[in-house]
Amino acid sequence: MKLVRKWNCILQSKWTFLVPSLTGTFVFAVLPFLEVLRRSFWDDKEKFFSFINYGNLWENEAFRLAVKNTVKFVGVCIPLLLFLSLVFALGLFHSKWMKFLKSALLLPLAVPTAVVVFVWKLIFFKEGFFNMFLGLFSLKPVDWLGGEGAFFVLVISYIWKNMGYTMVLWLAAMADIPKEMLEAAEVDGSSGIQRIYYMVLPSLKPAFYTITIVSFLNSFKVFREAYLVAGSYPPKSMYLLQHLFNNWFVNLELGKISAGGVMMAGVFVLVTLLLQHMWDKSE
Amino acid sequence: MKEFMIIKVKKLRKICLRHLGDILLFLAALLVCFPILLLLTGVVKSSGELREGLAPILSKGEGGIHWNLLPLYPTGEHLLDILFFKPQFHVVFWNSMKITVCILAGQLFLASPMAWGFARFSFPGKKVFFTLYVILMLMPFQVMMLPSYLILNGMNLLDTHLAVILPAMCSTLPVFLMYQGFASIPKECIEAAQIDGADNWQVFFYLGVPLGSGGILSAMVLGYLEYWNMLEQPMTFLRTSAKYPLSLFLPQISMEQAGMVLAASLIMLIPAMFIFFAGQDYLEQGIAVSGLKG
Repeated sequence: MKLVRKWNCILQSKWTFLVPSLTGTFVFAVLPFLEVLRRSFWDDKEKFFSFINYGNLWENEAFRLAVKNTVKFVGVCIPLLLFLSLVFALGLFHSKWMKFLKSALLLPLAVPTAVVVFVWKLIFFKEGFFNMFLGLFSLKPVDWLGGEGAFFVLVISYIWKNMGYTMVLWLAAMADIPKEMLEAAEVDGSSGIQRIYYMVLPSLKPAFYTITIVSFLNSFKVFREAYLVAGSYPPKSMYLLQHLFNNWFVNLELGKISAGGVMMAGVFVLVTLLLQHMWDKSE
Repeated sequence: MKEFMIIKVKKLRKICLRHLGDILLFLAALLVCFPILLLLTGVVKSSGELREGLAPILSKGEGGIHWNLLPLYPTGEHLLDILFFKPQFHVVFWNSMKITVCILAGQLFLASPMAWGFARFSFPGKKVFFTLYVILMLMPFQVMMLPSYLILNGMNLLDTHLAVILPAMCSTLPVFLMYQGFASIPKECIEAAQIDGADNWQVFFYLGVPLGSGGILSAMVLGYLEYWNMLEQPMTFLRTSAKYPLSLFLPQISMEQAGMVLAASLIMLIPAMFIFFAGQDYLEQGIAVSGLKG
């Protein structure tokens, strides 16, 4: 009897809610990551603590190329994505067709990347639609999937996939603006553009920070598109960090991956803490 | 008569201007859906038409490809072919299904009590754990690749479906999404139930799950779309091609078998579209929560 009561007590404790998930997180994420952290500071030859893995990383040309491409990609995509999705969100905000258009623009988010690879190739091959379209303006066909143009394909596929997502974030932020305020301004004779410039945009400022950060974090998922369109060894302009990590992985250069992974984790932790700070402030 | 015409044209222009925004938005929507349109029109084309149309790509010839938006002779041959004569397609399709469903079931089991704990209990280290969960939820695969590999290797799970399922099951994003749903339940509700003598798990099952179902469903919808599209993890942790999910199998089919690629793509698209249209409200809710914290 006593045992049953004790068992019941354990079963009802709040820890029974927490332990399964905490165990999973520690076993599959935290502990192995700590092991990687240790390895990143471990010199396999000297059997001693050292920074040699990090040093090797800086001297690695492929690493620098991948970092450069990734930074370039983020720098080009995020302003473009934020601007386009904001324009669409502003357009949708008052549209009668909001529900329908939102579905259409959000659709790519649900389309598995593998499904559109064939279509991407149809569009961007040298003989594909995009060049045929350019041909209408008597521009020369470009091989978009090889050489410098590949970067452009990456940008397009990222924007295509993520625009709906970002737009929904903007719309959610806009829904918080009190309707009475906008109506009052309308009665006072302001034009639509005035209302957007003086009322809507300023109240979107807190959302702007968080949307930027979320888009930054999401931009690291673009590897899927790059891999599916161009395979493991893409043209130089499309070479991203994930390609590099995969190649190291195949060659079992674990020292380099662990140092690279730890450095990236550092950047991500900083960005995440910044995001949390923004959330706390907006509350 | 002439004046009448002028007035009419002016009126028309006014209407056009007023709806200019909508017209542009519709054009953009059409452009965005264009790839899907190509897929849908391509899959009913006959093999001959596809081969002829794609000749410039396949044989490196001159000129552009031909692609009539309306197929010349609509046919279901590719779909029938893949459904009845390609057993390996069934294998990969069910691989994908199995992986996705197992991950979601696991998440339901692990994440929902944890989310409830974050929303309702106070326990030592709560703030630290919460920050840890947010950080892990945003970590890209590049960072977690080697840690996952080490632990899976240690458990001897590489090249099994569990290698893909287990780490994803412990993902922390669903915890966060469900947490937002649970946190919005009014305190009084729960206190009333407790006074009536409900214990922790009863409160969770009879109050928390039904009232927080919005958050749970958004986690499931977002999760389905994410794992149905999963590529990096199976690519790294699976070797045997019989264990591949659809997302790895599709890119292996060559351009020469265009009909098969299109049919397989369409079949992969159908469940995702179903979830998208059935769960769109929850999807939007989930997006808003994941980005703006409710």
